Amino acid sequence: MTDATLSFEEAMEKYDPVLGFEVHVELNTKTKMFSSAPNVFGDEPNTNVNEVDLGMPGVLPVVNKTAIESSIKIGLALNCKIAETCRFARKNYFYPDTPKNFQTSQYDEPIAYDGYLDIELSDGTMFRVEIERAHMEEDAGKLTHMGGAAGRIQGADYSLVDYNRSGVPLVEIVTKPIQGAGSRAPELAKAYVAAVREIVKNLGVSDAKMERGNVRCDANVSLRPHGRERFGIRSETKNVNSLRAVEHAVRYEIQRHAAVLDSGEPVIQETRHWHEDTRSTTSGRAKSDADDYRYFPEPDLVPIVASREWVEELRATLPEPPAERRKRLQADWGYSDLEFRDVVNAGVMDEIEETIAAGATATVARKWWMGEIVGRAKNADVDPGQLGVKPETIVELNKMVEGGKINNKMAAEVLDGVLAGEGTPAEIVEKRGLAVVSDDGPLLEAIDAALAAQPDVADKIRGGKVQAIGAIVGGVMKATRGQADAGRVRELILQKLGVEG
Amino acid sequence: MAAINRDDVAHLARLAHIEMSAEELDRMAGELAVIVDSVKSVSEAAGDDVPATSHPIPLTNVFREDVVGHTFTAEQSLSGAPDAYEGRFKVPAILDED
Repeated sequence: MTDATLSFEEAMEKYDPVLGFEVHVELNTKTKMFSSAPNVFGDEPNTNVNEVDLGMPGVLPVVNKTAIESSIKIGLALNCKIAETCRFARKNYFYPDTPKNFQTSQYDEPIAYDGYLDIELSDGTMFRVEIERAHMEEDAGKLTHMGGAAGRIQGADYSLVDYNRSGVPLVEIVTKPIQGAGSRAPELAKAYVAAVREIVKNLGVSDAKMERGNVRCDANVSLRPHGRERFGIRSETKNVNSLRAVEHAVRYEIQRHAAVLDSGEPVIQETRHWHEDTRSTTSGRAKSDADDYRYFPEPDLVPIVASREWVEELRATLPEPPAERRKRLQADWGYSDLEFRDVVNAGVMDEIEETIAAGATATVARKWWMGEIVGRAKNADVDPGQLGVKPETIVELNKMVEGGKINNKMAAEVLDGVLAGEGTPAEIVEKRGLAVVSDDGPLLEAIDAALAAQPDVADKIRGGKVQAIGAIVGGVMKATRGQADAGRVRELILQKLGVEG
Repeated sequence: MAAINRDDVAHLARLAHIEMSAEELDRMAGELAVIVDSVKSVSEAAGDDVPATSHPIPLTNVFREDVVGHTFTAEQSLSGAPDAYEGRFKVPAILDED
């Protein structure tokens, strides 16, 4: 069943959106939050675990110091206050993604709180998003639903559980309600998540790959009539795992809420699931008793005390903030304001930086990413960075173009080949027979033919009468239908006959 | 008045996935009420100047360095599982508690 929606424009005429985000960031520590098992993505199921991750009876969790430091760094980068003292708490629920029947999290004492992030929108408008808190917790195991429709839980017969992700350190960043974004709400949503992702990547505390779930976003949306202060009832859309999806999901939910409100029905407070294929959400479950998590202080872990000295030590290690980094990169690369903003909006700033590091000039890197690659990403409906273009590929392609081996049109074809997995650019040029025919090859053939056709003229030239060369050049030009470079033809003839020009 | 009543106990039992009969609920409501009231009198004994405590030992910052330790093989992990399939725990599909 598809939900009714209003057009975005109509929804904006009638209602004012209020947003809120919960962004989960997986830290890239070597080990888990409370156990020494490795924090590694994609290994054989249930092998990056030990007794703590499997929730065996009688085990004792021990806090990973690096994870605490990473969390404090995230808090500082989000302009938060860092709690002098904080604790972990148990969040109790029954679901097979946690073998303990509780998730170790933080409840009333988050490690970081009261921060903000200034977000730049595509036209340069600045928008301040206030951060309520950033708290530490552990990730859950991964469930795969079997049977039923295409891996969705609806109609599944059973689920398979891999606990490798269980206990991976997470920082959950929660915003205060975001008001006043108006029709820019979807864009702001995308820009906010992009900014958080950029910050944690820049800090080096997360791999920040959304396609791997390192950064995951739950988007809260509610609508209220213009001019009303009280918030409407919100929905929480989960599983929004790319920047484009964040924008689309917020837009969709605004349109859906508007249609519900227009019909005179109340919005149901519920979880919605985002579906990338249909670009829509479906109902998960309504908020219920199951949300009574009975939090209580974790008895197996002692409080964390972040001394001011420790916090200042960590602050001193923070890298250049993203906004300042942007300014520096723009200056280094010599892009105009507009060029640079286009690069940022296209989401290829990091990719261009990597491409330049791989050996391309700033101009070449921009030409490729903003030209060939952004267009292909749009067609493929993915973020440019997810297309799979490696910086080395661009450098190699550019070398081939500058060396005259292939032209730009061929380079684009070779890029398609690389993306189709046909091999390296050199292999594809070879396989597809794409190299530009060397200029001299056909010329030499035509010169040989012209010399053979006029042996007497050839002899005259050999004898020193260089001015006779005109007849041979004329023959070559005729044979190549005027497309040869006459000067080069003349040089080649003289070389061939061993005569000084 | 007791700080916990029969409805509270029924609610908690459901959240904790514990099946309780009507008699058990009645009896447990009475027993838990005594415990809750006892805790309440302890709370009254501690004045405002005594901070809430989650741990009896005055320790903080018990940390572990970020160094990889031991792990289980998939066989070890699954050795106590009621059911398993292809290296993973096999569990009933549960929809109502996401």
